[in-house]
Amino acid sequence: MSEETPRLVDSFTAPKEVLQEFAELAEEEDVDPFAETASKRQIAARQSDYHNRRFNRVANESGDAFQDGEDSGYKEAMRLQMLEKEEQRVKRLIEEKEKKDREEGKENMDLDKTPPRAEIQAAAQELAAAAGSKRKRRWDVGDDDEKKEEAKNENKEWSDQALEAAAPKKRRSRWDATPADVNAAPTETPKRSRWDQTPAAPPDVAPTPIIMNAPGFMMEDKHNRFLTDEELDAILPSQGYSIVTPPPGYAPMIHPRKLMATPLTTSLGGFEIKESSDAAAVAAAAGLAPELPTEIPGVGNLAFFKPEDAQYFAKILKEEDETELSVDEMKERKIMRLLLKIKNGTPPVRKTALRQITDKAREFGAGPLFDKILPLLMERTLEDQERHLLVKVIDRVLYKLDDLVRPYVHKILVVIEPLLIDEDYYARVEGREIISNLSKAAGLAHMISTMRPDIDHADEYVRNTTARAFSVVASALGIPSLLPFLKAVCRSKKSWQARHTGIRIVQQIAIMMGCAVLPHLRNLVDCVAHGLQDEQQKVRTMTALALAALAEAAAPYGIESFDNVLKPLWLGIRLHRGKGLAAFLKAIGFIIPLMDPEYASYYTKEVTVILIREFQTSDEEMKKIVLKVVKQCAATEGVTPQYIKQDILPDFFKAFWVRRMALDRRNYKQVVETTVELAQKAGVSEIVGRIVNDLKDEAEPYRKMVMETITKVVASLGASDIDERLEVRLVDGIIYSFQEQTTEDQVMLDGFGTVVNALGIRVKPYLTQIVSTILWRLNNKSAKVRQQAADLTSRLAVVIKQCGEDQLLSKLGLVLFEQLGEEYPDTLGSIIAAEGAIANVVGMTQMNPPVKDLLPRMTPILRNRHEKVQEASINLIGRIADRGAEMVPAREWMRICFELLDLLKAHKKAIRRAAVNSFGYIAKSLGPQDVLQVLLTNLRVQERQSRVCSTVAIAIVAETCGPFTCIPAILNEYRTAELNVRTGCLKALSFVFEYVGPQSAYYVDSVVTMLEDALTDRDLVHRQTASTIVKHLALGVAGLGCEDSMLHLMNLVWPNCFETSPHVIGAVMEAIEAMRVTLGPGVLLSYVLQGLFHPARKVREVYWRIYNSLYLGAADALVPFYPDVGELSEGQNVYDRYPLQVFI
Amino acid sequence: MSSELRYTANTQLEHLHARYTGTGHADITKYEWLTHQHRDTLASIVGHPTLTSYLAIADNESIGRVKFEMTERMLQPCGPPPAKDED
Repeated sequence: MSEETPRLVDSFTAPKEVLQEFAELAEEEDVDPFAETASKRQIAARQSDYHNRRFNRVANESGDAFQDGEDSGYKEAMRLQMLEKEEQRVKRLIEEKEKKDREEGKENMDLDKTPPRAEIQAAAQELAAAAGSKRKRRWDVGDDDEKKEEAKNENKEWSDQALEAAAPKKRRSRWDATPADVNAAPTETPKRSRWDQTPAAPPDVAPTPIIMNAPGFMMEDKHNRFLTDEELDAILPSQGYSIVTPPPGYAPMIHPRKLMATPLTTSLGGFEIKESSDAAAVAAAAGLAPELPTEIPGVGNLAFFKPEDAQYFAKILKEEDETELSVDEMKERKIMRLLLKIKNGTPPVRKTALRQITDKAREFGAGPLFDKILPLLMERTLEDQERHLLVKVIDRVLYKLDDLVRPYVHKILVVIEPLLIDEDYYARVEGREIISNLSKAAGLAHMISTMRPDIDHADEYVRNTTARAFSVVASALGIPSLLPFLKAVCRSKKSWQARHTGIRIVQQIAIMMGCAVLPHLRNLVDCVAHGLQDEQQKVRTMTALALAALAEAAAPYGIESFDNVLKPLWLGIRLHRGKGLAAFLKAIGFIIPLMDPEYASYYTKEVTVILIREFQTSDEEMKKIVLKVVKQCAATEGVTPQYIKQDILPDFFKAFWVRRMALDRRNYKQVVETTVELAQKAGVSEIVGRIVNDLKDEAEPYRKMVMETITKVVASLGASDIDERLEVRLVDGIIYSFQEQTTEDQVMLDGFGTVVNALGIRVKPYLTQIVSTILWRLNNKSAKVRQQAADLTSRLAVVIKQCGEDQLLSKLGLVLFEQLGEEYPDTLGSIIAAEGAIANVVGMTQMNPPVKDLLPRMTPILRNRHEKVQEASINLIGRIADRGAEMVPAREWMRICFELLDLLKAHKKAIRRAAVNSFGYIAKSLGPQDVLQVLLTNLRVQERQSRVCSTVAIAIVAETCGPFTCIPAILNEYRTAELNVRTGCLKALSFVFEYVGPQSAYYVDSVVTMLEDALTDRDLVHRQTASTIVKHLALGVAGLGCEDSMLHLMNLVWPNCFETSPHVIGAVMEAIEAMRVTLGPGVLLSYVLQGLFHPARKVREVYWRIYNSLYLGAADALVPFYPDVGELSEGQNVYDRYPLQVFI
Repeated sequence: MSSELRYTANTQLEHLHARYTGTGHADITKYEWLTHQHRDTLASIVGHPTLTSYLAIADNESIGRVKFEMTERMLQPCGPPPAKDED
């Protein structure tokens, strides 16, 4: 407030802190509220590090294997891959060496990364030995002869020249190469392929180096980039801090790149596009979300536009003089526009763009298309929807391009393979689809030669995805075609990685194709069999897993194919420990169920020793596998109950039935499942007897685990095996654990209900105790407890009745009746349901409280909006209306009728159906007049759903009370001059005739005049509904002698066959079909013949459609009705049907 | 609205139709349609024993021969297809 303004006495203002707070709040509003959710939508942001390893991948052009004279492709790929592996190996070697040195304390502190001469020599020798002379060209400047090759390869982006140009001329590997310096960039642009460039960069900006292996695009994101010194200075106080020099020997793993030539020192807002004339683009680049362009020249309106998009689409963001562009440039811009429309456009825009790009795919060519699409897919900030759309584009384009895609197969694979291990199911399916189409387009040989180098890639991630991709290829092109290759790979002597991947391919094939592996099972097993004795532990483990997958896929067939591997597997479990053992056990677990009983028993005994030993394991994974194997063994036929009881159960219970197992959700489930499976063999009393005491354990999760197991065992095997002593302990335990539960959930409730129902009449002695528990809990303070008590009542009602404890039921009924004032809707719903269950078992006459008291109490509850309450009450009321309607005065029923109308608006179908049925019951006891009046009046309401339900209710009333009671009223109501009412009446009639079927023969004549009116109405819906009525009528009266009126109706329906609205034409066509049934196909044919050869195509089309459905329905019956067209015969074509002209 | 989109509600039915021989379309020729009729007629005679025996009596042939002849005649019952017009 300034000094000049007169100070107002009565003006007071908020304290300074508060104002300050508001100011801060206002500043905070600048924060983009979408930023957080946006990062969640981004695929890269939420995926694990393993998934994001895809950004490290290198794509190479896969030369067409079927074209000569091109020496890129397979050879080149293999060479590159070898180099990369070698590089990694040497790096690892050096690292290890350094580590060792450091450990030995030999390291001198000035670590200048120059290893001692001896080391360099050693490494050089290693390299020379491994890679031969070829490796030189990567590590040193190329030799003369290599230069020649380079000249040939000039436009291959991975050629050494490009690499050299990109990196300063130092001895450094591509591995940690920093992308080109800004200054160096302009000189080397012509050599780089499009693939490496950021599409966005105008020519004077350094192209972004290879997007595929950019080690962190996120860095350019303004949220994630590195802070510069200037920024840090601004943030941190200048006093009290000093800048510490980095420790000697510190070398950052990834150099903070000077990407994009962005002068970060001057602008703090992320990347920027230099010299871009378009203001919007600049703003977009500055990361100011609201200013991002939503309209782009030549593209139109977009749904959204992200700052990252500006990078890729820079060329189309500004207006250009199109006349100066070359054809290729024009094409490129066209593709970019279409892609932008597809990626960011609104659905209609997207649709047309997608169609265009598909149609023109061959015209654009594979190169320009994929050069644009694939970098977009590798963008770090990509979201699910965008990825889906881009993948869709690839799919469509692939289909069109066919074998033109060959050079791009590897690039596409690098982008698509990660989809195969995505956590999203649909992404996996999309990935599979693309790869399968790709392999069909490119052919097996090409796919193999493209993916072969990745099979023994140094990175496990690459091998994993490649294996999955191969399995897709196998399913697309058939296993047999891939088998020779698989055999070779699985036996590869060169590297264990190749064998590992080969075996993993087999595993993936089994997982993906399921029982389709059966015809090739023996071949696949033989492929991997020798891997069980491989010297590499990882290969052995993978082999066991592959066998497990194969056995699982083949179950229950194909044991003979596994003959060769049985011995090594069973020997293997004695030789292995840890992970290897787990895999072997898993394989055994899946193979045993395939065996004949006697073999299964023998092999189970063999494996049990190991299993029991492993019961003690502390490894979670091992525990799970052991449990699973026990379950599988127990389920096989050959394993005897005796054996399980004696040899497995004691150790099993000692090891797994401990409190600790209840804590982990997955262990818990597995233990329960396995125990239930064991119970199938060992019997109820054996299992339940062992755990029943634990129902009184002090740990609640453990009690719950016990309860769930008992529930499942008793539910599947019954309680007849349980003797008297066990029964006492069981019921006691159950009541105890039910009362002691603190978290009310289904498990205890289900357990109680299941056990009590299984015991049946045997629970009689305990019922007093149980019911008193329920009564006590019904008055509990907590609504949840009351609800559970009510739920338990509804489950026990049948058993209590069985035991003849009627007075207990009536007591419960009375208490529940008193509880109807309950305010928690969930609890109220349960209480009403319990009351309903009691009413069900005791019957309406014996019900206490009497029905005439209960029903009036329910009427106001019907107004409750809660679904559970509505459903429970309508069920109870419907039951009363059905069984004991006469016990309640008519006036009460009418009141309920009015309330029921509201229930017709319910969202849940079950409620609406119950309400509609209740109308039927009520009408039956009261007579239809009043109910019908209520329903017909309800046709005037606005809501469509309510009206539709009323019409159904009218039809039900007509069905229960006879059509004659309703049809006059409906016909009378039809005369109302209100459209809704008239349509409602027609609908009601259509339902009536649908329900009453042949009875409609008596009412045809009375509705004909009304149908005449409706079928000639101007309103489309009228004619549609009338046609539906005609259909139901015609089908109902077929063969009952109503042909005259039906023919009349047919004449009225027929002209409607030219309608175009889908519902109308559907109804009309159905009516005509129904007429075929009543009038016979001959009559119909005479109608159809008029227009089959009509000069107007539109007419012919409709008539042929009718003819076709007529022909399909009654081809044989049409034979005598075909017109005699002998006079049309000409020349060789004689059209007389002589066999029909024969007379005796 | 294009004619194939007119009955979108029943496109599946249309596909079904296309799978059955004997169904027609707006551009069918007289020859094709009548050929279908003749085949249906012949099939009907073969399929109904009463009709077959009626014809057998009239032609003074065995039932088997009538059946055989009817079946044989189903191949081009109305003679070879007429030559196509130029347009």
